[in-house]
Amino acid sequence: MSTFTKSPAQFALLSRILHWLMAACLLAMLFIGVSMVASLGDYHTLLSIHRPLGILILLLAVIRLATRLLTRIPEFPPAMPRQERFVVKASERLLYTLFFALPLVGWAMLSAGHYPIVMFGAVHLPPILPARPELYATLRETHTILAYLLFLAFLAHLSAILFHTLILRDGLLERMVPWSVRTVEDKSEV
Amino acid sequence: MRLTAIAGAVVVTGGLFLYAGGWFTPHELTPAAMINTFEYLNGTHPGFRRNHAKGVCVTGYFESNGQGQVISKAQVFRPGRVPIVGRFALAGGKPYAADTPATIRSLAILFKQADGQEWRTAMVNIPVFVVKTPQAFNEFQLASSPDPATGKNIPGAMPAFLAKHPETAAALQVIGQHPFSSGFGDSPYYALNAFRFIDAQDKSTPVRWYVTPDQTFTANSTAATGKNYLFDGLIAQLHAKPLSWHLILTIGQPGDPTADATQAWPPDRKQIDAGTLTINTIESEDTSPTRDINFDPLVLPDGIAPSDDPLLSARSAAYSQSFTRREGEHKMPSAISTAEVEK
Repeated sequence: MSTFTKSPAQFALLSRILHWLMAACLLAMLFIGVSMVASLGDYHTLLSIHRPLGILILLLAVIRLATRLLTRIPEFPPAMPRQERFVVKASERLLYTLFFALPLVGWAMLSAGHYPIVMFGAVHLPPILPARPELYATLRETHTILAYLLFLAFLAHLSAILFHTLILRDGLLERMVPWSVRTVEDKSEV
Repeated sequence: MRLTAIAGAVVVTGGLFLYAGGWFTPHELTPAAMINTFEYLNGTHPGFRRNHAKGVCVTGYFESNGQGQVISKAQVFRPGRVPIVGRFALAGGKPYAADTPATIRSLAILFKQADGQEWRTAMVNIPVFVVKTPQAFNEFQLASSPDPATGKNIPGAMPAFLAKHPETAAALQVIGQHPFSSGFGDSPYYALNAFRFIDAQDKSTPVRWYVTPDQTFTANSTAATGKNYLFDGLIAQLHAKPLSWHLILTIGQPGDPTADATQAWPPDRKQIDAGTLTINTIESEDTSPTRDINFDPLVLPDGIAPSDDPLLSARSAAYSQSFTRREGEHKMPSAISTAEVEK
């Protein structure tokens, strides 16, 4: 069976679902976060969403990483140069690192700042660091820097996929679309 | 053409992000701008709270009598004790200012429930607040404080503010009818903003609370007897015996304003005495971990929720801004030193 050894045309279905779900969560989170900094009247409502949504993203990131490591991934388009493949792999690592780092830094920051980590209702999380003022200040700053970095990485990701889809038209996006895409070879086997 | 579309998509997304962060609306009042006003008026005092800068830390416990359970499912209202930490302070952003009889005094309390949830409240010794909105608060600060350049109030600023904000003029009258006590220990402290208490059946009740002293109220003196006389008085009282207050929950009726901290509720509103707050130890901010607690009024346990009062979210945001600034700064010694507390 030749199809057994061939790379799949797309990421695993669970990976694709997680990709789009996390994209929506992360984009919402970045806008909520940056709005909180400037907001007086909506600050509390935004913060009440920000904390549980951050923990949800952390949980999704765990499942996503496991899925990524345990499933086979599609090949890059044959025409993609070596240097670009390297950049894509590095940016994927950066994004995964930030998926974990941002919620964990947020959680650690509230712990160091002597805040209760309220999720919703009576549900709250334990602190993951001792209360230490200078640690809070550093983590608070780190949280902001990482968030801007994630937003820039998102913009780069968006530009790259639009470039591949609209200019190169090499079908890169099809690897991640939530619906099933059949390859030419698949069709020939029918 | 397609390249332009891609560039356009990136620029629009980036622009929306910066817009959400307030980059294109620099004149909108933000938490940072509110704290900047404090720093402009008081100078920047690294390591200190930008408001209520001069203070001292205390600990004790709250003994609930169970009465609060009627309107709130929060664990703190079940019969029994919860530990508290707190802070007495003077309003204003100058950490070394001399105590005066007329300075607004505050008491902030953190109730630590056994289940780990917390209730934080920052109360002051005036029965209603001076403004209704964060924007008015910022303007009030500028109108009522001496101009840092000249050391004098800007002529006409306060009358102009009051003309624009009749609710402040009315609130100042109510405040004038409630003379301050002689010290920290014999004063009531009011939470000012309305909240919603949620009971076990998820029924919501509008509530305001205050604490009323068991210590006999003594009329305010007209003159200060020392730079730290209010704090020294509190220290002496606490060295002699614990101090206690009753926590009074006032229940609002339909139609009572919950979004206007300048307006008192009618005096006949039902009140619940929820229990006794006892304070038995006092410690300088130089050594107390309470220095690094943000008494954000929206750190609430399940069973207490914010009302529609716009000041609550704004306080939460501004306190957070002040907290973030001071936590990263080198700490200067408190005016109320360990030596002062132990003498």
